[in-house]
Amino acid sequence: MTTVLSDLGAFPVTASPGEGLWLSAAEAAMATGWSLQPEGLCRGAVCVPAPSGREAEFVAGGKVNLAAFWRHMDAPAAHSKEGDIWALGESAGGRADSLRSLEAPDFTLPDLAGVEHSLSDHRGKKVLLATWASW
Amino acid sequence: MWQTLYEELKDRNFIVIAVAMDSRADAARPWIEQAAPTYPALIDRDHRVSELYNMVNVPQAVWIDEEGRIVRPAENAGAFEAFRSLNFETMTVPEDKAATAVNAKTTYVAAVRDWVLTGSASAHAFDADQARAHTQAPSAETAQAHCHFRLGQHLLRQDRAGEGNEQLAEASRLHPTSWNIWRQAAEVNDMGLAAGPEFWARVNALGDDYYYPPVDMAGMPPPKTDE
Repeated sequence: MTTVLSDLGAFPVTASPGEGLWLSAAEAAMATGWSLQPEGLCRGAVCVPAPSGREAEFVAGGKVNLAAFWRHMDAPAAHSKEGDIWALGESAGGRADSLRSLEAPDFTLPDLAGVEHSLSDHRGKKVLLATWASW
Repeated sequence: MWQTLYEELKDRNFIVIAVAMDSRADAARPWIEQAAPTYPALIDRDHRVSELYNMVNVPQAVWIDEEGRIVRPAENAGAFEAFRSLNFETMTVPEDKAATAVNAKTTYVAAVRDWVLTGSASAHAFDADQARAHTQAPSAETAQAHCHFRLGQHLLRQDRAGEGNEQLAEASRLHPTSWNIWRQAAEVNDMGLAAGPEFWARVNALGDDYYYPPVDMAGMPPPKTDE
């Protein structure tokens, strides 16, 4: 079992052995929001084609190598030594575009009782989003 | 910390969302139980909000309007680095520094109140261009650091401490200006504070740089770190 950590959460997936992170198109879409299309790996209106001549490193047998696409997209990734846990992040450029759009990035986090709250639950109010820490 | 302000303004279409950058919920629990806030007090064990808003320290805050738009991007929420003038023999800070800290906090809270009551007419509410100009975009190294931090926290929760701590160290190496990443991984004392010799060494290494960067806000006392 492999775990993918993404902006969408933590997802157990069945990765195929080999270099990279090979997932079925369905699992890749569930874990990252990026879906495999004839044009490439797509999210919303954005499609990233596999580089010409190197397609086999990116897509094979209905599976998609997310590690290769993440490198190709210049998006950050990190994995455990065993390769059983992968963290796939948003690119710095993507984060910057998001912040400069001034649309507050949504998030969902638990309170002490385990009840989940989303920023977007409070649309219609002014929000002071304030951080602190025990340390 | 925000309870008084929230109680005062909660009927004015205003809410506080407090987010603890704490990988161990049990560490945050006593503080929250003591403060007993009536606004959401959330636990962010993976520092997701730091990643999304490019935050590097606490307390930092973001003002978000009724349409979900950022009015003031992530910034120091009125903290003043009086602690850098701490006298280790008396464990006190000079009176003028303590007074400045109170002044900075009061100024920040008053600005929040003014924005809640007057909206975009508030002198403290940035327009879109100002808000973009004050936005600090993350670097590629910062984005990569957050991946390592997240992976490290996941490994720690799986009792893979050695590998997890390596990932946290890599996160801090890639994003050295993040106190959130460094202090979360640092040893804590009996009070639960990451304030040992290594912390002070890092603070002293700041030199003329700020621990709490200045807030661009009318009325804020000028920040100084001189002794």
